[in-house]
Amino acid sequence: MNELLLELADDEFVIGWRDSEWTGIAPVLEEDVAFSSIAQNEIGHARALYELVARDLGTTADELAFDRPPEEYRCSALVALRLVPDWARTIARRYLYEQADERRLAKLKASDDPEVAGVAEKIDREEAYHRMHAQMWFDRLRDEPRFVEALEELRPLVDQRPAELGELWEEMTSVRRSVAGATW
Amino acid sequence: MIYEVFRQERKGQAFQHAGSIGAPNQEFAEVYAREQYGRRQESTALWLVPRDAIDELDDFVDELGRTYHRVDGYSLKAKLKEARERAAARAG
Repeated sequence: MNELLLELADDEFVIGWRDSEWTGIAPVLEEDVAFSSIAQNEIGHARALYELVARDLGTTADELAFDRPPEEYRCSALVALRLVPDWARTIARRYLYEQADERRLAKLKASDDPEVAGVAEKIDREEAYHRMHAQMWFDRLRDEPRFVEALEELRPLVDQRPAELGELWEEMTSVRRSVAGATW
Repeated sequence: MIYEVFRQERKGQAFQHAGSIGAPNQEFAEVYAREQYGRRQESTALWLVPRDAIDELDDFVDELGRTYHRVDGYSLKAKLKEARERAAARAG
C-alpha cells in the first residue's frame, strides 16, 4: 500500500511543482489565480499522502518529499516534464492527469484501510474542481491541432514510471541539501 | 466577457458585490468565480451575472430640490419640540 501511496504522493507533489511554474505568467490573470490554486492543492494532497506514509515508516512528510535520492521517486514521466511556456501541452497534461487520477482515487476510496479511504475521499472532493477546470479547457481546445497533438504525444507518458528527474530533483531538493543536518 | 460576482457570506444574508472577473464564457466564469470567491469557505453562495445583463439606472434628477421626499429631508425636531411645549402648557 505504501508503494501506491508514494506513487500518488510523488505525482501530486511533482505536478504541483511543475504547474506552480505558471504562477505569474499564465495566459490571463483569472487563469493565473485558478491555476496556481490548483497547483497548491496538489502539493497539499501530496502532503496528506506523505504524512500517511511517514507515520507508517516512522519518518516525516518533509523527509519523504525532499530527502530521498532521485531514483526513489515513483512519479510518472508525464508530471516530470517541464512545459512552461507551452499552454496547449500544459492543459493536455492536466486533462490526462486528472483522468488517471480519478481512476486511482476511486480505487483508494474503496480501500479497506479507513485512513487511506478517508484521505482519498478528501482529496477527491477537491479534485472535482480540478476536473471541472480541465474539462472546460478540453472543451475549448478540443479542435485546436496543437492541443490534439499534445494529447497524443503525452498520453503514453501517463503510466511511464519512474521518471528521470534529473534537474528537477536538483531544484526540488536544493534548499534542503544546502544546509546539511538542519532540522527545519 | 465580464461577469459580476456577488457573494453571500452566511446563509440568509444579503448578497453583496464581490468583484468582477473576465472569462470567455459562462463555464470559465464559473470555475474562476469558485476559485476566487469561494475556495476559502468565505462564501456560502455566489451569484454570477454577465455585466451586459445588468440594467444600470443612474439618471436621477432632483431639479426642484424636493427634499421632503426623503426621510432626512423633513426635520421633525423643531416641530416635536413645539408640540411638546404646547402639550405641556395645556396640561399645566
